Amino acid sequence: MSLKVLHPGLLTTLQDLGRYGFQKQGVIVSGAMDPFSLRIANLLVGNKEEEAGLEITMRGPTLLIQKNMLISICGGNLSPKIDGRSIEQWRPIDVKAGSMLEFGRCISGCRTYLAAAGGLDVTEVMGSKSTYLRAGIGGFQGRALKENDVVKINQPDSEVMNHAAKWFVSTTIIPRYDSNPIIRVIRGREMKRFSDESIKTFFSSEFQVTPQSDRMGYRLIGKNLKLSQPFEMISEAVSFGTIQVPPDGNPIILLADRQTTGGYPKIAQIISVDLPIIGQMQPAEKMRFKEVTIEEAQRLYIQREQAIQQLKQGISLKNL
Amino acid sequence: MEDIDRVEVCALSDDAVIIELGTVINLENHRKVKALTSYLEKHPFQGMREIIPAFTTVTVFYDPLQVSYAAVKSIIKKMVCCIEINSQDQSRRIEISVCYGGELGPDLEYVAKHNGLTVEEVIHIHSSGEYLVYMIGFAPGFPYLGGMSKRIAAPRRSSPRLVIPTGSVGIAGNQTGVYPIETPGGWQLIGRTPLRLFRPEEKNPSLLQSGDVIKFKPISKEEYDSWKEENV
Repeated sequence: MSLKVLHPGLLTTLQDLGRYGFQKQGVIVSGAMDPFSLRIANLLVGNKEEEAGLEITMRGPTLLIQKNMLISICGGNLSPKIDGRSIEQWRPIDVKAGSMLEFGRCISGCRTYLAAAGGLDVTEVMGSKSTYLRAGIGGFQGRALKENDVVKINQPDSEVMNHAAKWFVSTTIIPRYDSNPIIRVIRGREMKRFSDESIKTFFSSEFQVTPQSDRMGYRLIGKNLKLSQPFEMISEAVSFGTIQVPPDGNPIILLADRQTTGGYPKIAQIISVDLPIIGQMQPAEKMRFKEVTIEEAQRLYIQREQAIQQLKQGISLKNL
Repeated sequence: MEDIDRVEVCALSDDAVIIELGTVINLENHRKVKALTSYLEKHPFQGMREIIPAFTTVTVFYDPLQVSYAAVKSIIKKMVCCIEINSQDQSRRIEISVCYGGELGPDLEYVAKHNGLTVEEVIHIHSSGEYLVYMIGFAPGFPYLGGMSKRIAAPRRSSPRLVIPTGSVGIAGNQTGVYPIETPGGWQLIGRTPLRLFRPEEKNPSLLQSGDVIKFKPISKEEYDSWKEENV
């Protein structure tokens, strides 16, 4: 008895930060498309960063809150409301049993994360609560939430429940979800196989997200990218944010539900700190790519982790 | 005793490196990959997270907070001189039944035509070979097989299919493989097996493992259908 689904929304699934340790057996990582937002949502309700939450996509669900709980909603702004009243994102919120949580217009971004203090009471599969949709395993019975599903929430630490403070995340850490962002990348292993013109095109033109885009990958359309001569690649591992280009010349960004290995040439790789931006883009939106060095990418990674660490410490200090 | 004489390390992402041990798919490179993977698993470096071995590469994911790209490169390069390669053959031998062509193998005719062969010749060549499972990847339990005759090679589809049925047997370039779950993909599909390659309920969810040797056995549509019925 915790959260009853009255209406599932477009695509609501249970996700944590991913299923690691089994990629060698071909088991994909899955996990949140915007891991940053899920981590913050968890920290705000006193959970471990890697706890599972609900990943809510574009049109949010209608949920009946069946017991008093502390929640937080972080990510794109999908106009969350409790009993018809707008609620703020990026902060912990006390909700009472009997309340109804629903979502409205998608104002910015397209995915948002609901974390509940105590975390989701669901069996781990291979060490993770993430949903692997295509294989039908993990999360809530291996599938997206449906009407009448009841998601159970663990009983949290009693200390956490007393601190639904009137504080929230500093605006400097809250991402801006531009609809035409510039995405930072490092060169892909096979970038040198592309023609000079195509490499120039890749860094100077816009690419649009097509409707054939999902948790597995975003298919982009724009100026065609060509190899300088044909070559059939030997399959090897790929990662979250790998940009590969099949022979038709249209790049695909591999995302949370990507396969573990791939055989299309990799032109570039999105840096870790910019991955959440992709998960917040909708079909028809456009992006541009900008090259950075791996040293810069790692510097930004460390900077981001330090910011999250500071937030974590700030929250635990306020709970004293 | 063989050793790893050549190693190239490059960044896959800001938290992973690809270590290339060779440039062609063969038994020697397979053994190098297995040896390096095994060594890393037994001697993980500070910050190492996960390893994905492939045909000629080993990809290592790591935590950039604990170790930088430059440091990882240096660690790997130093490591390879300590690695011994096992030349013993300890393979399991497994038979995989396949119903070739028709609606279960919609690209069989394309593969035949591309190579100037008849459909029967493609089936004969594909099912006569012995295939080494080089690695599991792309999807849970998906075996990347080596040893396919070049006579039936065919390029990947220029635009991948959005859905490929479970059990589909395919060809892409010089590689052949079997799809254990429904997934998008660019391989040319030549047949289908009723066997379950991915068993999520098991401790080791992949039926096949790196190092297995398999043979494909042609079966009729009737045999395929009755096998599928039995396993429902």
